[in-house]
Amino acid sequence: MQPLSNIKSLLYFSPEILLVIFAVAVVLLDLIVKDRESVAVAYISLVGCLCTFAAVLFTHFSFGDEGPVSLFLGMVRLDVFSSFFKVLLLLATAATILFSLRSEELDARLKGEYYALLLAITLGMFLMASSTNLLMIFISLETVSLTSYILAGFLTHSPRSSEAAFKYITYGAVASGTMLFGLSLLFGMTGTGDLAQIGGRLTELLASGEVAPLAVLIAITFVLAGVGYKIASVPFHMWSPDVYEGAPIPITAFLSVASKSAGFALFIRFFYAGFGNTELMQAVDWPFMLAIVSALTMTVGNLAALPQQNVKRLLAYSSIAHGGYLLMGGVLLTSQGVGAILFYLVVYLFMNLGAFYVVVLIANEVGSEMVDGYRGLSSRAPLVAWAMVIFLVSLAGIPPFAGFFGKWILFTAVLEQGYYWLALVGLLNSVVSLYYYARIVKAMFFEDAGEETESVPFSTGTFALLSVFVIPTIFIGFINIFYTFSNISASVMPIQ
Amino acid sequence: MLLSLMIFIPLLGMVAVLLLPRESEELIKRVALLFTLIPLALAVYLFISYDRSNGGTQYAVNAPWIPAFNIQYHIGIDGLSVTLLLLTALLGPICVIASWRNIEKGIKAYMALFLLLETGMIGFFAALDLFLFYVFFELTLLPMYFLIGVWGGPRREYAAIKFFLYTLFGSVLMLVAMIAVYLNSGDPGARTFDIPTLITLAATAGHALNDLNFQIWVFLGFFIGFAVKVPIFPFHTWLPDAHVEAPTAISVILAGILLKMGTYGLVRINMAMFPQGLDHFTNGVGFWGNSLALLGFINIVYGSFCALAQTDFKKLVAYSSIGHMGFVILGLAARNDSGITGAILQMFNHGVISAMLFLLVGVLYDRAHHREINGFGGLGTRMPIYTGITTLAFMASLGLPGLSGFVGEALSLLGAYDKFKLLTILSTIGIVVGAAYFLWTLQRVFLGTLNPKYEALPEINGREILTLVPLGILTIVLGVWPNFAIDMFRESVTNLIDVIQAI
Repeated sequence: MQPLSNIKSLLYFSPEILLVIFAVAVVLLDLIVKDRESVAVAYISLVGCLCTFAAVLFTHFSFGDEGPVSLFLGMVRLDVFSSFFKVLLLLATAATILFSLRSEELDARLKGEYYALLLAITLGMFLMASSTNLLMIFISLETVSLTSYILAGFLTHSPRSSEAAFKYITYGAVASGTMLFGLSLLFGMTGTGDLAQIGGRLTELLASGEVAPLAVLIAITFVLAGVGYKIASVPFHMWSPDVYEGAPIPITAFLSVASKSAGFALFIRFFYAGFGNTELMQAVDWPFMLAIVSALTMTVGNLAALPQQNVKRLLAYSSIAHGGYLLMGGVLLTSQGVGAILFYLVVYLFMNLGAFYVVVLIANEVGSEMVDGYRGLSSRAPLVAWAMVIFLVSLAGIPPFAGFFGKWILFTAVLEQGYYWLALVGLLNSVVSLYYYARIVKAMFFEDAGEETESVPFSTGTFALLSVFVIPTIFIGFINIFYTFSNISASVMPIQ
Repeated sequence: MLLSLMIFIPLLGMVAVLLLPRESEELIKRVALLFTLIPLALAVYLFISYDRSNGGTQYAVNAPWIPAFNIQYHIGIDGLSVTLLLLTALLGPICVIASWRNIEKGIKAYMALFLLLETGMIGFFAALDLFLFYVFFELTLLPMYFLIGVWGGPRREYAAIKFFLYTLFGSVLMLVAMIAVYLNSGDPGARTFDIPTLITLAATAGHALNDLNFQIWVFLGFFIGFAVKVPIFPFHTWLPDAHVEAPTAISVILAGILLKMGTYGLVRINMAMFPQGLDHFTNGVGFWGNSLALLGFINIVYGSFCALAQTDFKKLVAYSSIGHMGFVILGLAARNDSGITGAILQMFNHGVISAMLFLLVGVLYDRAHHREINGFGGLGTRMPIYTGITTLAFMASLGLPGLSGFVGEALSLLGAYDKFKLLTILSTIGIVVGAAYFLWTLQRVFLGTLNPKYEALPEINGREILTLVPLGILTIVLGVWPNFAIDMFRESVTNLIDVIQAI
């Protein structure tokens, strides 16, 4: 169907508009409320998430018979795929707000800015998940990047945090510059910014010999630099350990889950809708290139995680590795592959956020982010320790936890396309990963705390929030509805 | 329904234990005992009521679980699985009783994990859906890791992670093979994980699963997964470490059940589902045709000689396990009636005998706080009852006719002689060495002059005898009346041989 005009699009754009309204409201409220201890802004942001969630559902179900709609003359697309990611991102944002409420490292004076930026970054990610035009893609990516630089450096008193922000900016600037160059090449070759048309044009141009395959390959590789930077894939991953280590823990959690999810949304839409047709792939074998990147990403991530002593840094490398697993699904160009990515992202959201929540709790109570700080936790805080075990074991992909089901669907999709070597690399990697996850478990359960043996008190609210992550991590795998995610992928699959 | 109850009652017990307050230790132990006795009662009932004249799969439950991938909650028992279920259910309460006094810290977590482990083991032997089978297989890993790592000996951390990594390495290869089987089982939408269906499909000429090359590869994938568990040389190095560090009851489970999971998997999946792959590795032609028998032979001889060299009592028993599991492999490689029957019987017998041996080592360790064989001497005068039971277990393990160990090993060798004459003859070295290290140990620990340090060593107590008596009775009964067990799985063996010979 025809793209909607700008005015008509506004109704379908209500989630994004609401996010803007609430971000402004947070800043204004912060001006009015004088009490430094007040948590009003955090709760307003939560309400904002809730309203946006309602709006996402409303817009999703109101397009009804019209099918997926293109908004703003083809800049943004509203389909099941984008709605799925919006819900996922809102969950991550809401969780991050709750983490931030508990976190003791954030500067109370900057609360207003902090939550406003969180809502702004969510807006950017919404757009990443729904953009279908080169220009919009770049703008949304930059919105997210710029906001995350500030958030990563939010601990004004910590030099590590400033270093993180600085590294983030440096890497980010290079990556987006490269990507912009790639985008301009694509635009130059095809004369259009519309993803749906680029693939067809390129195929024609390649067939007629007007464009060399090498030029297309260069353009794709350059674009991959920008996307790969967002999902922290090798060789664009170097920023992530330092940033994850230096940033406030809630932001680390947010970046590792939401930023990665949005990156994958963009990745899938860009490569599937743009370059998914067979003739193009015959000329430029980008899936194979991605398979190599995927294998390298998980291997580098897992091997680098092995010697880490800082839990945040360890989880940073682990999240690089998980990006590698997810990329396997992107190589396949099948609806099963995309379905597997979506399912894995949901599972990953719960288990990884859960693990980071435990890191927040331990940092507050024990004051350490090091593996050694987790010693003897099983006797000091048994419930938290067991919750951590569940998250870590799920991350390692051991049944019966959700992480196993995620991996299993992913590997089934990979094997179905005959990528035996890739599946084997992935599975051996998950054996390696068990070793460093087990190191945390070992510290918690097999080692004594030394002098400090008194139990660590946690509030009921803490346990309630913890169970929000534990319960899905245990049970998602057993729920049938999650296995139908491959249907969602229909809206991004290339037209063959 | 009865079978589902048996699987999930220990899980329910775990929840019950977790809900109890940490301080009421006696209550926790009693609850745990209750929730292991119920499965035992059910197992005995199933063992008796299993219809031997009809055979086949009985008490089956088949309900959809994850329809999108055609995964079913399909469980059921045949003669083979019911025998191993009985063993599992029997060792459950025995291990709870064996842990009654010597688990000093965190009894609540210990019992909860133990019950979870029992659910995994029972579910594994009952599963008839490949996916379910795998999930239960892996479900035993995590509790085992904690049980060794938290309650184990000085090097427990190393032993626990080694066990975990080795087994996981095997299982991921198994996972690849499993997914490959699933993907080749039919067109999208008609694929299945159902084990009986897959066995039929794999035997259908022209089906993708029937392809020789395919069968060889998936056979290898599953084989490595199970070989780590058995353990088959060269995947065995985790076993001595795990055994030495694990607390007594956990060693019992490890030797009694977990090793059987490996051989059970070989019978249930590798032999029944991939008969052509099996043929490739056991047809007696060339290197590959002798490879499985060769591995069995290496296990027997290598395990026995390693046992001979040990001075740590528990390590000796651990290596003897490797040797005895070799007979199972050798018997299976023969893939004829007496070979397979002997192998399965040996699985059951080894479960009983090794459980006894580990319990006995534990009894001694609890008193003397070391396991150095040369550090004892003359205990026979101090602990006559203990010495008597140990002698019984040793004799059963070294294969004295009239006790259960003999029957399984003899049948395995008898079956194997048909096919692998040289290897079988050489394998008997293992029996001789086995007799040597057991008798030598008997001499060093119980005979000679009493070490004055142990003049006050208390005799084995009633609770410990209670754990040993049922196992002792089984070794004697199975020694003189092996048909008690063989009758149960004769039908399964015949079916298996039919499948194997149909290629």
